[in-house]
Amino acid sequence: MTTAVETLRDEPLTIGGRTFQSRLMVGTGKYPDMDTMVRAIDASGAEVVTVAVRRVNLDRSKESSVLHFLDPKKIFLLANTAGCYTAADAIRYARLAREAGFNDFVKLEVIGDEETLLPDVAALLEAAKVLVQEGFKVLAYTNDDLVTALRLEDAGCAAVMPLASPIGSGLGLLNPFSVRTIKRRLRVPVIVDAGVGTASDACVTMEQGVDGILMNTAIAAAQDPVSMAHAMRLATIAGRAAWLAGRMPRREVAMPSSPTRGMLD
Amino acid sequence: MDVVINGERKQVTHGATLLELLKELDLDPRAVVVEHNARIVRRAGLGDVTVAEGDAIELVHFVGGG
Repeated sequence: MTTAVETLRDEPLTIGGRTFQSRLMVGTGKYPDMDTMVRAIDASGAEVVTVAVRRVNLDRSKESSVLHFLDPKKIFLLANTAGCYTAADAIRYARLAREAGFNDFVKLEVIGDEETLLPDVAALLEAAKVLVQEGFKVLAYTNDDLVTALRLEDAGCAAVMPLASPIGSGLGLLNPFSVRTIKRRLRVPVIVDAGVGTASDACVTMEQGVDGILMNTAIAAAQDPVSMAHAMRLATIAGRAAWLAGRMPRREVAMPSSPTRGMLD
Repeated sequence: MDVVINGERKQVTHGATLLELLKELDLDPRAVVVEHNARIVRRAGLGDVTVAEGDAIELVHFVGGG
């Protein structure tokens, strides 16, 4: 699939010294089965794929980790600290993830509220500082709040990941203004993470000029995850292309597209 | 000898190393990360650490997540 790519003057996405061609990143959770997950990731064209750190199930020790189905030579594994509610827990999970031996990147999440899964930005900043000191490339999942984003950048995060809307909500980009402002003010890549529901959401998000987008549920919980992954790939490319093209100004009144002269009497 | 693995009390061979413990549990050392009494043990060092009564051991791996 090379749709529109030929006309798209774009640079690859570089985060923490690593360069990626695809601006779409995807998760590996909540798929109906592993085969669907593998085919969906392939259809998405994503290079960066997130995984979580959890206890091995001792009762079924032959149960395969997600790595049994993913080739770390073909994809870039991005471990998250999902489920952590304190800075100390998130730091612990990040260290365990790095020990798996793939890379020193971490998608840092510190959740502050069970109902909304919104981040605890104070704890997030605290954890980010520690992990950056330890040499991690921190991609920080955060609110769509400019000042927090600036502080995370100052702390040395490799990328800042404001949410579109709460994790798994599928509500789409609720505050384009905030995300645009964050993108305008930060030097590090801005990757919108969480909240996308369907392809138009991904497109609108990319049209804000952000560097990339990360999603999981929108693909995994679609009725046909593989087709939705394909749609998300196209939407991400389309949104990026539209941003680079520069949209026409909005106007409150109509302007005819056809000549007003030369009309019959 | 009893140790606590992933929050569960388990009987393991007395004086076993972490590497031997993984073998007992039928786990591939390359596929898990080991935390021993809240300290991460590098893969290369798993054979050097002996487990003692009451030790807390966490065995983790990557699962699907967003």
